[in-house]
Parts: sequence; C-alpha cells; structure tokens
Amino acid sequence: MLQFVESRPGIMQGHRQAARPRAAEEASEALNKLQHAPETELLIAVRDRRDKQAFAQLFDIYAPKLKAMVMRSGTPAAQAEDIVQDAMLSVWRKAAQFDAHRSQASGWIYRIARNRMIDIARRDYRPLPEELKIDEPPAEQPAEIMAMDQEAARLRAALDTLPQSQREMIEKAYLGELSHKEITETTGLPLGTIKSRIRLGLERLRHELKDLRQS
Amino acid sequence: MTAPQHHIPEPMMAAYVAGNLPQPFAVVVATHISMCDECRARHETHLALGGAVLESLEDAPVSDAMRAGLFAMLDEPAPEEPAAPKPRGIYPAPLADMVPGDGPRWRSIGMGARQSILWRGKEGSLRLLYIPAGQAVPDHSHNGLELTLVLQGSFSDEGGRFGVGDVEVADEAVEHTPLAGIDSPCICLAATDAPLRFSGMIPRLLQPVFRI
Repeated sequence: MLQFVESRPGIMQGHRQAARPRAAEEASEALNKLQHAPETELLIAVRDRRDKQAFAQLFDIYAPKLKAMVMRSGTPAAQAEDIVQDAMLSVWRKAAQFDAHRSQASGWIYRIARNRMIDIARRDYRPLPEELKIDEPPAEQPAEIMAMDQEAARLRAALDTLPQSQREMIEKAYLGELSHKEITETTGLPLGTIKSRIRLGLERLRHELKDLRQS
Repeated sequence: MTAPQHHIPEPMMAAYVAGNLPQPFAVVVATHISMCDECRARHETHLALGGAVLESLEDAPVSDAMRAGLFAMLDEPAPEEPAAPKPRGIYPAPLADMVPGDGPRWRSIGMGARQSILWRGKEGSLRLLYIPAGQAVPDHSHNGLELTLVLQGSFSDEGGRFGVGDVEVADEAVEHTPLAGIDSPCICLAATDAPLRFSGMIPRLLQPVFRI
C-alpha cells in the first residue's frame, strides 16, 4: 500500500506562486515545460476543435509505438496495422471522453489500444468500470494539467533509470506478457517505487473523486 | 457507506490494465473500481505506467496507405456506441449486465446459502453467493486463487472483516470459514480461476451437482 505523507505540495505551491510578482516569468517557464509535453495539448485540440492537424501529429507519435506494442503480442505486421488504424480511429471518435485532469495522453491512448486488442482477441464481454456521473465537466485547470504532464515525464525518467532486468519486467507486465501470478512472483519488481513517482496525481485524483461523490 | 478497506493487489491491477486477467477476475476488478475511489485513482496510475511503457517502445514504422486510409475515415459518421451499462440496485454497472433484470437465478447450496453462477469457462468461474445473516459459508479451500467482493452486508473470517466494496484475496493455502455478519444477509461476488473443493464430506459429494 502506498503512503501519502505529503499533501498535494506541487499544486498548492503553484497557486501560491502565481500571486507573486515573478508570476509572468514563471508562466513563461511553465509554457516552455508545456512545449516539452505537447501530447496532451494535441489531444485537447482534437477533443475541443476536432483539429485534424493535431490528430496527424498524435498519429505520427503514437501509431508506430502502437504498432510495436501490437506486434509484441505476436500479431503479424499487416494485421497489426489494421489494429493500429482501428485504435487511432477510436482515439479520434472517443476524444470527447478524455479528461486531462485525470489522465495524460499516453495513458489514455494505451487504454484505448489495449481495449481494442482485447475486443479483437476475445470477442467476449469486457468488463469496464462504471463511469463517473459528471453533470458539468470542471473548467480546465492548466496548472493541474501541467502537473500531470510533469509527473508523466518523471515516470518515464524513472523507467529509464531502472536496471535493465526490472525495466524489461515492467514492460512485459504492461504489454500483457505476464500473468498476474507472474507479476506477483517477480521479486524486486519496483511497482510501488515507480508508482510513488505519480503519488501527486494519485492524491489529487482521490480528492477530486471525493468532491464528486459529495456534490 | 464507509470506504472499502480491502483492495485489489497491485499485480492484479497491472494485469487488468494490460488486459491479461482471467475473465472472472476482470469482472471483480471492474466492479471493485466502480465502488472504490481509491482503486479508481490507482487504476489511472497503472494506465499512466502503461502509457509510459508505450512511449518507451521503439517505433515500428506504419505504411502511408494505412495513414491515408485512416484520414479518409475521419469524416465518416461514427457507428452508434452501445449505451454504457448502468448500475442496478446493489449491482454496479460491470455486473448489472450479467445479472437478470428481475434478480439472480439462485440455487440452494444448503443451510440457507444460495448461489447463482454468472459465468463459467476455461478461465474459472464467477458467481454470486447469498449467505443468511450470521451463517457460515460451507468450509472450503480451492485450487488457484479466489476473489470475494462484498456487495451487501458483510462477512468475517481469518483474514478480517469485509464490508461492502471490500475484496478478499485467498490463495490455495488458505482454508477459510467466512461467517456472514448478523445484521443482514451477505451477498458476495466470488471469482475463482479453478473449481472449488470443499473439505466436508457431504459438500464434496455435492460439488459436481452444484458446480461450486
């Protein structure tokens, strides 16, 4: 079980600092950081403006990665392309469901693609968690979206610094090559450590969900 | 309702987001996430990790023909999505679809306890269990793993007290005797990846008949 010792430090700091004179400088710094992680921006452009150029950029980033992921499961290249096409079409059509406060682009696209792969492989009932009822989606909070992107960047950095063997096991787990039993039995798999890199997001999500339930 | 205290283990959540969990367990995980904000948030973090793995993969170049074909489809009207399942009574959305509208088809398994098999296949079985208030589930151990999620009431056993939304994970080493809380009948969702075996003589004889 993860422990949350700190309570939302990043976000609170962000709000406090915005009130100071250095705000403009920090805002431009923030903008630079945003440019380092443009995927979420692209997905928002697709969602809000049905922006085909943004979608083309998303396609060029993710389609080759999705094809690599699908081929890892033993699917021949031609069929893998069909699945990637199908998954990217789902990304276009389901973009309205993307909530940048709760997910970032890569995780959301990963989810859509895995679901398509399961549907094609099993043709069975695929149980999905109940969707939350949100009457009015909250206004976009750029600071929070940025914090989410930064956590995602930290997460990737953390993956990169893992010893090769552990990294391979994490890859195998999320590419569907290990059963839950094998993941359990893999000693030294730093699932908890890795996930603690995104504890901010986790903590924020818990708060948000609590607010939603109470309203 | 108090927040659930017993959650889905991390490796199982990882296998769920990767789509690599036996069907009965996947239903339990989706149902638990629907009842537990903590695990809904944890589910998102596992997806973020999956996304990070996806981003780290080496590109496998895609053909121009496929790209062009996709862009030609963008303006086509999207086929109508089937309506998202809705929760019904004590059954959260992922389960509501599997339970008949007028209630589960219960079959007696003795001593007032009942079960209703929702799904059975090579990957194991999924069933609802009804245990009268204050009563024990027939003593059993199992091959493989068993997940039990409380939908109504509560039960207690060697592993602690389990209320609505709580999940007990029991492997084959556990021989447990769950006892339903005295306040109300306990209704659970139970998933196994192998058939159960009962330790008592009579239940063992009945096992093939009841398929428990």
